[in-house]
Amino acid sequence: MTDTRPTTRTQPAARPQPTVRTCPFDPPREYRTLRDEDPIAPVAFPDGTNGWLVTRHADVRAVLSDPRFGANRRPARATALPAGTPVPPPPPGMFLMMDAPEHTRIRRLLTGQFTVRRMRQLAPAVERIVAEHLDAMASAEQPVDLVRAFALPIPSLVICELLGVPYEDRADFQRNSSTMLRLDASQEEVQQAHLAMNRHIHELVLAKRARPTDDILSGLVQEGSLTDEEMAGVGALLLLAGHETTANMIALGTMCLLGNPGQLAALRADASLWDNAVEELLRYLTIIQFGLRRVAREDLELDGHHIEAGTTVLASLTSGNRDAEQFPGDPDQLDVLRKYSPHLAFGHGVHQCIGQQLARVEMKAALSALLDRFPTLRLAVPADQVPMRDDMLIYGVHELPVTW
Amino acid sequence: MKVIIDEDKCVGAGQCVLAAEEVFDQREDDGIVVLLDAVPSEELHSSVEDAAARCPALAIEVLK
Repeated sequence: MTDTRPTTRTQPAARPQPTVRTCPFDPPREYRTLRDEDPIAPVAFPDGTNGWLVTRHADVRAVLSDPRFGANRRPARATALPAGTPVPPPPPGMFLMMDAPEHTRIRRLLTGQFTVRRMRQLAPAVERIVAEHLDAMASAEQPVDLVRAFALPIPSLVICELLGVPYEDRADFQRNSSTMLRLDASQEEVQQAHLAMNRHIHELVLAKRARPTDDILSGLVQEGSLTDEEMAGVGALLLLAGHETTANMIALGTMCLLGNPGQLAALRADASLWDNAVEELLRYLTIIQFGLRRVAREDLELDGHHIEAGTTVLASLTSGNRDAEQFPGDPDQLDVLRKYSPHLAFGHGVHQCIGQQLARVEMKAALSALLDRFPTLRLAVPADQVPMRDDMLIYGVHELPVTW
Repeated sequence: MKVIIDEDKCVGAGQCVLAAEEVFDQREDDGIVVLLDAVPSEELHSSVEDAAARCPALAIEVLK
């Protein structure tokens, strides 16, 4: 399959991909109009290519579970790529960018590590890590940056422990992760960061081969069906995905609850609402802010639109998660009492987030304990001065100064 | 109600266990769905339908 550039002949009225938010918690407003008037719309991506933008919940699910669409291999960047830039093959182990049967082969080696039961068994360990960080916060000088003191270290420590990556190495991999998620990073910077992550994990894989311990990398080494390069790629992907995403859900989720005192009061009055609240925060905040890209593997029809083979289709998770057809009432309001309905925060289809049960355990443990421990928690700066991550593939806050 | 699962389609996301843990479990070694009760009683019907709707890989079929 080749990812060729669609011509403007088939897409005469491509509009720019919506990227500008007017409220820190809401996706760009254009999505509402698109859902109503043009749910499968020709779009011009910031990297200079054209394709289609899908904005309704049902259509997003349909695209993401349709085998006629393949995984995207062109990195989503804000910078324009020179015309004709070839799409590189996915790096070894980067199963997010692969289709069956390669994707299935690698994913199946990992799914047993992330089951509901295993992640629930991990909850006490996560709660202990949360409590230690809250203790440290309590004795720190205020204001505290919640991202550095709490939201980032917790998922980062947990994924390091699970994978078997020394947490002492965090400065390196956190910097590299951040580069890989920056929209304005050049292709070369992203590649360098990716290589550095892979080299780091590759060294660990060699060490585990010599002396296996009880962690996922050691398990993969002993299982024996992946090459060292593939294990390095899988490890780097899990490390990247395992800490940046949850860290932002914890920090942005905290900011969102502090900005919705009625919702926060409901949670403080009834702790049994937390499971539901975590799902609602995932729906409402949807931090994969620019959606998921897929590539048509063949010429196909989508709701009356002809889509040429090789064309990129962007499935907007943020838009689908605000679709009133699926989320009745006011989907633009956070409502921790909202009855669960399948949201798209973890994607959909065969690539749906493998670490989602871990994310749930971490979000619940972190958010509930934080708000319990600091009943007077509040922002230390006006909300409009919190630096938002509009410039990153994963949305959230760059920092969140809090006091209590 | 009769529940049919397709192990080959399953991607081990665990959504079915969250929706209806009386009916679905995951295999210890590879996380693939295990059907605990192919003919669930009536009070479980709505959560089983929820599980089928949540499944990202369309691996759960519900016959009525």
